[in-house]
Parts: sequence; structure tokens; C-alpha cells
Amino acid sequence: MRHLIDPMDISMTELKDLLDLAEEIIKKKEDFNQVCKGKILGTLFYEPSTRTRLSFEAAMLRLGGSVIGFSDAGVSSAIKGESIPDTIRTVSSYVDIIAMRHPKEGAPKLASYYSFVPIINAGDGGHYHPTQTLTDILTIRLKKGQLSNLTIGLCGDLKFGRTVHSLIKSMSSYGNKFILISPQELQIPQYIKMELFNKNSSFMEVESLEDVIDKLDILYMTRVQRERFFNEEDYIRLKDSYILDKEKLKLARKDLCILHPLPRVNEISYEVDDDPRACYFEQVKYGMYIRMALILRLLGVM
Amino acid sequence: MLYIDSISKGIVIDHIRPGNGFKIFKYLGLNKADFRVALIINAQSKKYGKKDLIKLENVMDLDLTMLGFIDPNITINIIQDEKVVKKIKLSLPEEVEGIIKCKNPRCICSEERQIVHRFVLIDDKKGIYKCDYCEQIYSWEG
Repeated sequence: MRHLIDPMDISMTELKDLLDLAEEIIKKKEDFNQVCKGKILGTLFYEPSTRTRLSFEAAMLRLGGSVIGFSDAGVSSAIKGESIPDTIRTVSSYVDIIAMRHPKEGAPKLASYYSFVPIINAGDGGHYHPTQTLTDILTIRLKKGQLSNLTIGLCGDLKFGRTVHSLIKSMSSYGNKFILISPQELQIPQYIKMELFNKNSSFMEVESLEDVIDKLDILYMTRVQRERFFNEEDYIRLKDSYILDKEKLKLARKDLCILHPLPRVNEISYEVDDDPRACYFEQVKYGMYIRMALILRLLGVM
Repeated sequence: MLYIDSISKGIVIDHIRPGNGFKIFKYLGLNKADFRVALIINAQSKKYGKKDLIKLENVMDLDLTMLGFIDPNITINIIQDEKVVKKIKLSLPEEVEGIIKCKNPRCICSEERQIVHRFVLIDDKKGIYKCDYCEQIYSWEG
């Protein structure tokens, strides 16, 4: 039985297969709307994340399956005090596949040791969020038609942003150039840089978005999360450092593709939304399709 | 020169890194042994200059995973009729359970009561382990 806990659990061959399947689903949606009939997805969200949960639920419903679950450990008081192994053994007796989100790192890994059905990690604290990474990669392939020889700019909180780390790790295998744009306080951790050195990708670190925006094929913006800071002062000082607006976008290439894992706070001005280069709402949609492909493969339905 | 009798039947735990001998002595509970035990500290070693070693005049079960984790340099000699009949070279175990505790406060280990702390070897030269759940790094050298 396969689980998806860490984005690196997926080989390059499997990734290509998932992306191909997602593209096929996008092309022929009606061919897939009954394939999971009679199957149930369990969404165990120990921490609220409406966006991710709805994406999983929509994905399962569009495959003709059904969904049960909880979206806040506080509401489901029965879960409180019960161990993860017990909850998982119970729920996995009812459902065919589980999407699990938990504030603690490694909780889905623990669950995978006890589950009778495949577990998908839907985010475990600051650790992994593999379906976001799949979403990002699918969007890049659909927008650029390729996954290699791209100049990818990542901007904002590169220290704590787990989606950024996973995306860099995955995309570095294909041979790309990375430009890491962040304040010094929020630079990418050393161990990720070491991995980049070991692969056939190059990277540079800069502090200003304006200096490099004209070189980019992809600009991946991230939110500077308040909860990652130890004090309010640092948060206020840094949160507006890297805001993408129309002025900055004038310097960018015509075929730039702007991505964001969402939700945004103010790092992309609303005026940018109408620009054809803004791809983050399409990205959300692709997130649902790649989850459909993933559910199909893990269930072994197709 | 300190002289310690050779044993006719038993186990010699050899090539222990100096300083680890007493640790292993305690771990094996040898202070409560009712058979003959020798703990030798800072013996001469051709390989390392100095070494600790333990001689047990008895046959007992040893947890090789744990011993390998405490000191991967160890060699264990099983003695019968005054001859070495088996030599076991230890190494760092691929996986250790319930020996090291994960100290990452964000790890699921900090919340679940009955979880077994599990670490996986990722670099056997440097002795680096990672938590199986949150991947927090644990280095033997500290």
C-alpha cells in the first residue's frame, strides 16, 4: 500500500505519470466523474485549513466518490485525547483513503504505520505539504510546457516556507536556475542549499525583487506568516518588504508566470490579479486536478 | 603490567573506545553479575593507542543494536575452550527504537503518549541519525 507523506516519496517517473494523468483529467473531465463511485475519502483535519480540505473534497466528489471527516480537532471532541493510532485504525476501517492534516510534524507518518488505507499528508506543521508541491509542478508544466531550463525566482519567506523547500528540491532534479529573493533573516536554510550544490542546478541569493524580476520565467511569491515569527516587531518590519505590484511587474518579461500557494495577505497587490501573468488562481484549480490524479493512483482505481 | 586471566568460556567485548567501557559495563548491569567480569580501562591497543575492554566469564544475550549504537568500533569475541569461535564486528545500527528521544517540540513525538521514538541512520561515517517522524537531526558526536 502506498502513502504520500514526503514529496520526495514520488520518483521522477511516478511524478511524470501523475502529471500526465492530471492533464488527461483536465482534457476529459466527464470520463472521470464516476470512476470512484462507492469510494470514500476521509478528511482528518486536526488543524483548520479550509482551502486544502475543500480541494481534496472537490477532487473526490468530481471523481464520483464521497467524503466524510472533521475539520477541527476541537469540534470533534471524541478525537481529543484519543491517540493517533487509535483514531486512524478506526477511521481507516470506514474509508478507502485518508487526507490528513496535523499541526505536529510527522503525524501523518505515524498514521501511515497504523492505517489500513493509503494516507495523504495534507500538511504537517512546518514540515511537508506534498500536494502543494505537486500543484506547483503541474502548474509550471502546463504554463511553460517543460520542467527544465527555467529560471525560477522564489520570493518572501524562504526560511520557514515548507512549500518553497519542497518545490526547490523537486525542481532541482530537472536542471533549473533558482534565484532566491528574501531578506537575510528569512533566507533558505543551509541544508537545502547543500542539496542544490549536489545537483545540476544553480542558484543565487538576492535581497531585491526589482533587480532580478526581468530574468525570471517563474516567480513564486510566498506569504510571510505571522505565526512563524517570535516577535511582532520583526513581523511588522519584514512583512511588506516583498510586495509585487504593477510597478515592479513593468520590469518583468511578458511570459513570466506568477505563482503563489495562497492564501495571500498583501504580498501580491490586487491590481496584479488582472494581469495575464498572474497564474495563482489557475494554480488553485490545477491543485484539485492533481489531487484527483493522486487519489486515483493511490486507490489503484486507474 | 596488569595481568588478567584469559577466559575459557565467555565473551570479550573488545576495541571499546576509551571512556565507553564503563558506560557499557553499566548498561549491561555487570555490577550485579554473579560471574567473573573484568572491566579494563585504557588498555594498550595497536589500532587506537588506547582502548577499553570487558571480559565476561559467562554466556549472555547482548543487544548488538544498542551496543553498536553506544560504540560502533566494538568487536565481540565469543570464547569456547579458550579459543575465539566467533568474532562479531559491530557497526552503527540502521534504525534505533526507544534509545534516543526526539527533542523537537513541534514533532508528533512530543504529543503522542505511546509513541516509540525511532531514529534512522542517514550518515554512517559521521554517525548522523534523523527522527523517523519529523526528520530532526541527531548526531552521535553531539
